[in-house]
Amino acid sequence: MTMPLPAPENTEISRPYWDALKLGRLVFQRCECGHAWLPARRGCPSCLGDKVQWEQACGKGRLVSWVVYHTAYHDAFKHRLPYNVAIVELTEGPRLITNMVDSHERLACDAAVELRVESDEGIALARFALSPRRDDEQGTGSPARRNRA
Amino acid sequence: MRARYVVAGIGHTAFGKLPGRDTISLNVEACRNALADAGIDKSVVDAVLIKVPTSAHQFMYGQKVAEALGIKPRMGGAWDQGGAANITLISFAIMAIDAGQCDVALICYADNPRSGNRAVYGRPRGDDAAYGWFSTAAGYAMIQRRHMYEFGTRPEHLGAVAIASRRHGAGNPNAQLRSPLTMEQYLNSALLVEPLRRDDCALVSDGGAAVVVMSAKRARALGVPAPVPVLGFGHGQTSYDVQFRQSLTSTEAVRAARTAFSMAGLKPSDVDVAQLYDCFTITVLMTLEDYGFCSKGQAGDFVADGAIEIGGALPINTSGGLLSETGMPGMQLIMEGVRQVRGSARLQVPNVKVCLVSNQGGTMHTHSTLLLGA
Repeated sequence: MTMPLPAPENTEISRPYWDALKLGRLVFQRCECGHAWLPARRGCPSCLGDKVQWEQACGKGRLVSWVVYHTAYHDAFKHRLPYNVAIVELTEGPRLITNMVDSHERLACDAAVELRVESDEGIALARFALSPRRDDEQGTGSPARRNRA
Repeated sequence: MRARYVVAGIGHTAFGKLPGRDTISLNVEACRNALADAGIDKSVVDAVLIKVPTSAHQFMYGQKVAEALGIKPRMGGAWDQGGAANITLISFAIMAIDAGQCDVALICYADNPRSGNRAVYGRPRGDDAAYGWFSTAAGYAMIQRRHMYEFGTRPEHLGAVAIASRRHGAGNPNAQLRSPLTMEQYLNSALLVEPLRRDDCALVSDGGAAVVVMSAKRARALGVPAPVPVLGFGHGQTSYDVQFRQSLTSTEAVRAARTAFSMAGLKPSDVDVAQLYDCFTITVLMTLEDYGFCSKGQAGDFVADGAIEIGGALPINTSGGLLSETGMPGMQLIMEGVRQVRGSARLQVPNVKVCLVSNQGGTMHTHSTLLLGA
């Protein structure tokens, strides 16, 4: 029998995040000082205030980096090998750990991505897909020499 | 403070697989050997500073080790900062001695993940485990991917680091992995968490090591045979986990080295030999860049053609480092730095005036730098 996916802890602080994902919405926290972040915290790590609101992300972002697992550190992932884990930066600023739904060969750092909420073994997860390329866009093939991320 | 304090003695246990050995007994054995190397009795030790075992945190661990050593120190305890903690504790000891809080400090570390529990290295990373986000290695793979993208770093550049450490460890009778590595073997080695290959990754090892720190004046009074002066040290922490950092390709090595070089009145070109924390090969490339041995993004070219091997422009990890000697996080590098300055290393670099040692912890969360020299 396959082990189930390790479920998120779902605390009082993080419940709004996971509840929103179940409805297909990715949310993040923003402080009245303007700072925005993930994952959920009780207070703002920038101004240390506690006037914190949830805000819905537009779902667009950028692929910062990704890795491909060829070994499983948990039995739930043995039959998924090779699988990827990625870092995405949302347009609004917060970053998160995620999976890209595309084939690994197509992934590129700094590629534009968009939200694809998926239910996996009953857990709603914020995954991402490469955005369809527009004809007027420059390719992302050549490495940026700037230290952007 | 420059050169007023010394590493008076070094000691270690066997490295590799040591079944049946608990971390406290490994710490005691390493401390016994370090005291013997310093030529002193434990009765003069009044500080015992310990890096917590990575694989097995224990409540009041620092007191348990001191008890096993039969020492009631004025200052003592355990510090949790990942691999940076060894150099951090040496610098804390020096500052404490300078402030009159203690005279002679033992700094030690031991762990037994190879015969014990290595789960910490494959640990789930919080709620993101639901996405499959596990292990220490994967965080470094994220960083390596980004470095390859931004600077054109190639597998051969990372391979050069692994080859240097494996070459230097091959003749070290204490080393856990004594087989040298060719570029062809490196490039064909299994992908673990892509782009990381197996040969990019530190060993998993049992073992312990310890150093004795005191003032140069005290070392003279006690007749310590081969004290090695500490010229400078420095620290930096990003604190942010890898996915939250604005830059994945610059590290806290920048701030740590700036402080250490400033304290010592030295610059990178003064360094004769370096022991650089090689938990993963990408760490060495980024440390070389952030220490200023080459410009940002150019470490791949810097390490090509044997420049970091013995006989090269900047030999590193002359006893094999974490990739060959032992996966122990960092203390082996400090001990080899001491041997290079003493002139007693197995692969001795001629006329060493300055040896640099780096330690870092977590996923490049923490960094500390030590400059040793004559």
